[in-house]
Amino acid sequence: MEKVDENKERAENKENEENKESKQNRETSERNRIVIPIGPQHPSLKEPSSFIITLEGEKVVDAVIGVGYVHRGIEKACESRTYIQNLYLIERVCGICSHTHSTAFCQGIEELAGITIPRRAAYIRVIVAELERLHSHLLWLGVAAHEIGFDTLFMYSWRDREKVLDVLAEICGNRVNYGINTIGGVRRDIDSEMMQDTLKMADYLEGQLKYYLDLVMTDKVLSARLVGIGKLSREDALKFGVVGPVARAAGIMDDIRIIEPYAAYDEIPVNPVTDTHADVFGRTVVRIKEMLESLEIIRYSVKNIPDGDIAVKAPRRIPAGEVISRTEAPRGENIHYIRSNGTDMPDRVRIRAPSQANWQGMRHMLQGQYLADIPITIAAIDPCYSCTDRAIVVNSESGTEIMDWQGLRQYSIEWYKKRGIDVSLVKMPERKFYA
Amino acid sequence: MVLKLVKILIFPGFSFLAIYGMFLEYLDRKIYARIQNRMGPPWYQPLADFLKLLGKEIIIPADSNKKMFKILPIVSLAAVASAFVYIPVFGNTSSAFFEGDLIIVLYLMTITTICMFLAGWYSRGVYATIGSVRTLTQMFAYEVPLFMALLAPALIAKTWSITGMTAFYEEHPRYILINIPALFVALISGQGKLERAPFDSPEAETEIVSGVFVEYSGRLLAFFKLSVDCELVLVASLISAIFLPIMTDIAVLDFVIYLLKTIGILIIFSLMRSIMARFRIDQVVKICWRYLTPIATVQIIINLLIRGLLTL
Amino acid sequence: MIKQRIGKIINEAVKNFFRKPATISLAKDKIQIVKNYRGKLVYDPANCTGCGMCVRNCPAAAITIVNEGTKEERKMKATLNVGHCIFCCQCVDSCPKKCLSYSQNIDLASFNKEELKMQL
Ligand code: SF4
Ligand code: SF4
Repeated sequence: MEKVDENKERAENKENEENKESKQNRETSERNRIVIPIGPQHPSLKEPSSFIITLEGEKVVDAVIGVGYVHRGIEKACESRTYIQNLYLIERVCGICSHTHSTAFCQGIEELAGITIPRRAAYIRVIVAELERLHSHLLWLGVAAHEIGFDTLFMYSWRDREKVLDVLAEICGNRVNYGINTIGGVRRDIDSEMMQDTLKMADYLEGQLKYYLDLVMTDKVLSARLVGIGKLSREDALKFGVVGPVARAAGIMDDIRIIEPYAAYDEIPVNPVTDTHADVFGRTVVRIKEMLESLEIIRYSVKNIPDGDIAVKAPRRIPAGEVISRTEAPRGENIHYIRSNGTDMPDRVRIRAPSQANWQGMRHMLQGQYLADIPITIAAIDPCYSCTDRAIVVNSESGTEIMDWQGLRQYSIEWYKKRGIDVSLVKMPERKFYA
Repeated sequence: MVLKLVKILIFPGFSFLAIYGMFLEYLDRKIYARIQNRMGPPWYQPLADFLKLLGKEIIIPADSNKKMFKILPIVSLAAVASAFVYIPVFGNTSSAFFEGDLIIVLYLMTITTICMFLAGWYSRGVYATIGSVRTLTQMFAYEVPLFMALLAPALIAKTWSITGMTAFYEEHPRYILINIPALFVALISGQGKLERAPFDSPEAETEIVSGVFVEYSGRLLAFFKLSVDCELVLVASLISAIFLPIMTDIAVLDFVIYLLKTIGILIIFSLMRSIMARFRIDQVVKICWRYLTPIATVQIIINLLIRGLLTL
Repeated sequence: MIKQRIGKIINEAVKNFFRKPATISLAKDKIQIVKNYRGKLVYDPANCTGCGMCVRNCPAAAITIVNEGTKEERKMKATLNVGHCIFCCQCVDSCPKKCLSYSQNIDLASFNKEELKMQL
């Protein structure tokens, strides 16, 4: 009996000691922790969002993610505009994947109104969607390279992206926010000259993309920075419900173009691209291979585009009802919910952009990473960004005001005058930049 | 006396150093841009940047140590400028030299790095603190291979003076070839010393904004940037003086050769900067200790053996 | 296992060094605009009936059409606020009389907010 007690006591003592030790450890490690804010304003973030990172040395222990700094109330604004006006508003949900949003929106309304769009329009939508995927992924490749300090690759991929944007501008009339979709079809036809230019661009880009794929696969420094970073295993990916290239890099094929073909994807062969790395490296490879696949889709659609009308007439008032419409954005699955009440304005619009799904796994991906890997981990889900170029002065004597260029200049002249320098003599150049 | 003062202050001393530093920065940016298929800046860009910064408002963080915060950029610039005095620019003699100036130059070079560390530390910002810790970590990584590589040639020359070494290698040009591995190590760890990509994690823009400089603005930042430019000239000239002592006896020609050598080294630096992604700080330490230090050690051993053979 | 190397991009880097830059100098060269680019609107008041379709469909409330004459003798004036206009050209599509069209003029920036309101 006594012996047992003794043993127990000893065990308890030991436990106590262990507890003390681990507590001490914890305390010292807690004392060594620093909290650094990444964002809302930070060079590595292309949109304002905040990450409160707890660091132990250079290692991330915890991350608190705050998004919502660019909430613009688009969904609410949609309710007070007509469907035609909403087309252009929806297109501005994201500057990079604008076409996919307007496609999802148009598709939903067409379903509500019971319109079938002409095949030619469906093909044009596919061509623009794939061009958009190309430019979005090239943009991402550049941003990712910049995050790990590889500016040469950044410049090369953005140089090639310009070629895609030129083709987009030629087909749609603008480099971003294409404005090609309309309810009942598309607004512009594609002629043979545009097709030639598209095919020429595709040939050029194919060589470049193969080079980038080879580079990512064989460059030692790149793989040292990409392999094993931001791990999100298949199980975790399913648990957090991530979409798009993040899920596909973990081996989950969730491509809406294949699962639930829309526009003309039911006729166009799309090969699924997946990878098993489940890290940033895998996401890079998936994106580059997807671009190669996009080139094939573009080539196929340009060759097989049927003749005919590009749009059918749509009614101003959309019959009451509700609809969910899905498209495959460059960043993953994009869902639009639209409820109509029979007027010319929607009753409710809800947009689930792909980035929203991908944020869920972020904290998990960041934990245990080095500080240096945070930017690339965040960039790897390819979050969207938006920006503005006016300054808003808050709390000045006259209250909040928006300053234009002249106002800012006046302000700076006065600022320097107070310090004894008069810069008002410097003349502003009067020139025109565009041919 | 007057001549010496002119030499130290104007040519080939401080004024030349500052102007040449800006020129090299321009060249570096231009080469970097052209490699990336861009136009690149016009020739006056570094000067314009410098002048613009001079006119900007200085903001000193409330928590910082104000005296140190203001004094560090000047100290850093002064350290580089005084180190440059010992480096031969034209001909084989520098403005000042004595037995052991190589050691002095190396230590003055360290002072600039220490200044950056202190600047980050005294700014008290999170990014600056992390940047300064990284600066120090990186210093411990590249310092050993860099010093070993720069000291190895001195072992053969049997002098600790840069001018003396240049003179020795001019007489025995064949020994230059022995130092090629050390040149390789010096080029890579020199890149680390200058905190340029791929070893720019102490000031990685996308991670910690710009590390130690994040709180600096206006004139103070301008001086820091100038001292970084001057450091580039210093390292390039040091490497060219120690490893590539090609001389004629005509001063003007020697000066041209000096320019060509430093520009050549700059091209290597720029190329290195553009073909690699940034290393993480742990990878930097690994590279320096696992690859560069052993090469430098072997070089030292070889040079000691040769020195022994020479005295035989 | 694929063989990995450090600095694989060097061939491309050296090749690009001797190539013509892909960018242009904004100070010297002019930007080329593709021919279908949507720029500033062009208004032809001859056929305009003042139906207001363009105003109604404009998503940015950028265009206004007023009749300065009488009902019989129309004198239509269109004002465009290029600060608001998003160059979607929905008004061009909406106009039943084809009075509106677009040009390739996109150099519309101004230092003054008042100058952004343009008479078409
Ligand atoms: S182009 Fe679009 S935004 Fe501009 S006036 Fe026409 S409809 Fe309005
Ligand atoms: S839609 Fe055409 S016709 Fe009607 S007001 Fe506008 S410009 Fe005039």
